[in-house]
Amino acid sequence: MERETIYEGLVRRGVSRRDFLKFCATTAAMLGLSSSYVPKIAEAMEKKEKPVVVWLHFQDCTGCSESVLRATKPTIGQIVLDVVSLEYHETIMAAAGHQAEKSLHDAIHKYKGKYLVVVEGSIPTKDGGLYCCIGGRSALDILKEVAKDAAVIIAIGSCATYGGIPAAKPNPTGAVGVRDIIKDKPVINLPGCPPNVENFTATLVYFLTFGKLPKTDNLGRPLFAHGILIHDNCERRGHFDTGEFAKSWGDKGHRLGWCLYELGCKGPFAYQNCPTIRWNDGTSWPVMAGHPCVACSEPKFWDANAPFYADSGKKEEFLAKATKIGLGAMALAGLTKKENKE
Amino acid sequence: MARLVIDPVTRIEGHLRCEAVVADGKVKDAYSSCTMWRGIEIIMKGRDPREAWIFVQRLCGVCTTVHAIASVRAVEDALKIKVPRNADLIRNLIMGNQCVQDHVIHFYHLHALDWVDVVSALKADPAKTSELAKSISSWHNNSTTYFKAVQDKLKAFVERGQLGIFSNGYWGHPAYKLPPEANLLAVAHYLEALDWQKEVIKMMAILGAKNPHPQTFLVGGMAIPVDPESQNAINAGTIAALHKYADMGIEFVEKVYIPDLLAVASFYKDWTKYGGNSNFLACGEYPEANGKLWLPGGVIKNKNLREIYPVDHKKVMEYITRSYYTYSKGEKAGLHPWDGETTPNYTGPKPPYEYLNVDGKYSWGKAPRYEELPMEVGPLARVLVAYASGHKEIKEVTDMVMKKLGIGLEALFSTLGRTAARGIITLVTAYKIKDFINELATNMKNGDFKIANTEKWDPKTWPAEAKGMGWHDAPRGALSHYIVIKNKKIENYQMVVPSTWNLSPRDHKGIRGPVEEALVGTPVADSKQPLELLRTIHSFDPCMACGMHIVEVKEE
Repeated sequence: MERETIYEGLVRRGVSRRDFLKFCATTAAMLGLSSSYVPKIAEAMEKKEKPVVVWLHFQDCTGCSESVLRATKPTIGQIVLDVVSLEYHETIMAAAGHQAEKSLHDAIHKYKGKYLVVVEGSIPTKDGGLYCCIGGRSALDILKEVAKDAAVIIAIGSCATYGGIPAAKPNPTGAVGVRDIIKDKPVINLPGCPPNVENFTATLVYFLTFGKLPKTDNLGRPLFAHGILIHDNCERRGHFDTGEFAKSWGDKGHRLGWCLYELGCKGPFAYQNCPTIRWNDGTSWPVMAGHPCVACSEPKFWDANAPFYADSGKKEEFLAKATKIGLGAMALAGLTKKENKE
Repeated sequence: MARLVIDPVTRIEGHLRCEAVVADGKVKDAYSSCTMWRGIEIIMKGRDPREAWIFVQRLCGVCTTVHAIASVRAVEDALKIKVPRNADLIRNLIMGNQCVQDHVIHFYHLHALDWVDVVSALKADPAKTSELAKSISSWHNNSTTYFKAVQDKLKAFVERGQLGIFSNGYWGHPAYKLPPEANLLAVAHYLEALDWQKEVIKMMAILGAKNPHPQTFLVGGMAIPVDPESQNAINAGTIAALHKYADMGIEFVEKVYIPDLLAVASFYKDWTKYGGNSNFLACGEYPEANGKLWLPGGVIKNKNLREIYPVDHKKVMEYITRSYYTYSKGEKAGLHPWDGETTPNYTGPKPPYEYLNVDGKYSWGKAPRYEELPMEVGPLARVLVAYASGHKEIKEVTDMVMKKLGIGLEALFSTLGRTAARGIITLVTAYKIKDFINELATNMKNGDFKIANTEKWDPKTWPAEAKGMGWHDAPRGALSHYIVIKNKKIENYQMVVPSTWNLSPRDHKGIRGPVEEALVGTPVADSKQPLELLRTIHSFDPCMACGMHIVEVKEE
């Protein structure tokens, strides 16, 4: 029997044509594509078969899966039941033990060369990889076997991309990311701790529409999500430029939404689209809620960006950029500085 | 005798393997093993105690928030910091929201398929499902048309042959007892709960900046400001939004989760005979304005509800006799987490392997014991301790559940009792959230905007050496973090988490862990399809990434 297309799946689940086109348009915008791409995306969704997805869990906390569970456009129900055919995912699949292993085995044989692999969690390499075993086999073995006939691989989250927290010093288990092991397949990195589901969905849709992965930076991250510094899109950027800084938790500046740089914000070092798309359906993001960014999209951020609560010092470097809008130099000289006092 | 292996145990967080010995259609013995290890505590050494919560929260993304809360409490205990009431209230709201959302996800998406046969729902008469739905709840989605549509969707899905996440389930297994109509009702709510969970959790997204892994905790309080005059702080609009998500939680739990739980449970009352334990520990939770905890802590020994012992963390010891570690004081020694040591010592089979060496060491999990006894932690422990302590809300809801199911208190010591207790906790917590919101609003009205105690923020104010511990009764049970601070840095960081308690391997005396013990005696109709074992394992809601942390490694 022919497998159904994504559009058929969505219609079956009661999604209207109007909502469907709206989803295509939102995704195009998110990917930084012009509106002329909307019909192309719609066409791909209507005609292409649902891709088979195999989701592997290694040294993870399942936070990336939880993040994907919070999807709203489309919802997780739609993703799991309609947008893709999710053949293996240990957190939500009905089967267990041998039956679960069978699901994995069947998927990678039946859809050889066509399936998409999502990897969540790092892969321990020390001592023959014994620090993570599933069904009696090491993560290392499973990854190599499943990757062999995959079409593309999405490394989701900072652990699967760069080794993440298990690879933080002193990396007790020799944890690494997917790209450190798989060299002969297209692997896209979606870092973040966890990553935002909207970037995951957009990557999926891009792949379905164009048959290839979106353009990436030199770290393998999609440019549409990781092309711009948090600092440059931050809603509090104006306060940085005019020298308005929160100095202490709950002080006047903190309550009024002033810049969190002196409390440790790492937004100037992080390439990620949090300020524009926000989290949980656009509800909030760390700086908006009053806590500094920890730059979780960056390689080795657990070591490179800690201590998280320290002022990173290098304000002048950013002010060189800020001068472009003419306020940086004044801020530096203290000319525009407002008092952060009650 | 058959040796049965379930690996991976799915519909849990993390990597769990279960081996069981089955004879005469019953489990004779069982072994639970954690098969993944990251070494988070080693990674903590030498870091700034104020940022420990950011790291350890990554122990688990399903139990997101819980390790962050236990961590800030441990550091606050060490540095003798009292947090402002507003910070406690915001934390209470985040914890409560997590509890409600997480337990509903557990019931529908991790546990339900142990009781609900998805394929059988295809045979249901939607009109009868509608009648059933109306008879148990006033939830609005209850028409024949609605259930017919759900069934049609399911049908199309099955007919296409792409079952996806439902592939290779134990459909048609003789242990499934629900009529097709009830199965259809549960499938419909499985899908509704998927949509609900991403909405209701927005309370945490507002207060915590995002979910999973919220980012507004702080040693000394919270980083989200309170100021009714600001657009960048918790203001009147925020309070209204919090009420909206609180109501959304109450409505779904009251009208969908609890009625479904009771309906499903009524077909599985024989599961009050299996899966029980004798010893329970709850650490209590939700600080009130009077300094007391809303849900009480306590220890129950040997099912005796007449005597509730106070919890004392000094009585917690961890053993590694059957775990992949060694102790300098010998294999049989027990160590309190503050004195804990962990040197990995993997003696298991080299992967790929077929069976574990269950006569020796067989898990990355340690064996925590309280006065040498294994302790079950989690919703059942919390309900039993609160019930026995005469807690009003818990008593009311528990009595209602027991009355509707026609069971007595002794029936709660079981797989079904554990699953019911989770529902009881969820309902009372969903209601309690409203009180916390109202109290926060009152404080704002009275001009109290304090969210953090920053007197000890600067490490220069700290003593040369300090140690502390923090409890948190997380959704999966009593969690405790232990910290030793030396020269402003983490000298030692340790965690004893709910799944370490519940999924513990045997100890120095060979006594089974709570899940292992609960599995003994479980009936098994078909050892190739061990559905019954999954019921009991899932009733504990295992969370393995949490459970298989390591307690501390002496640097070589």
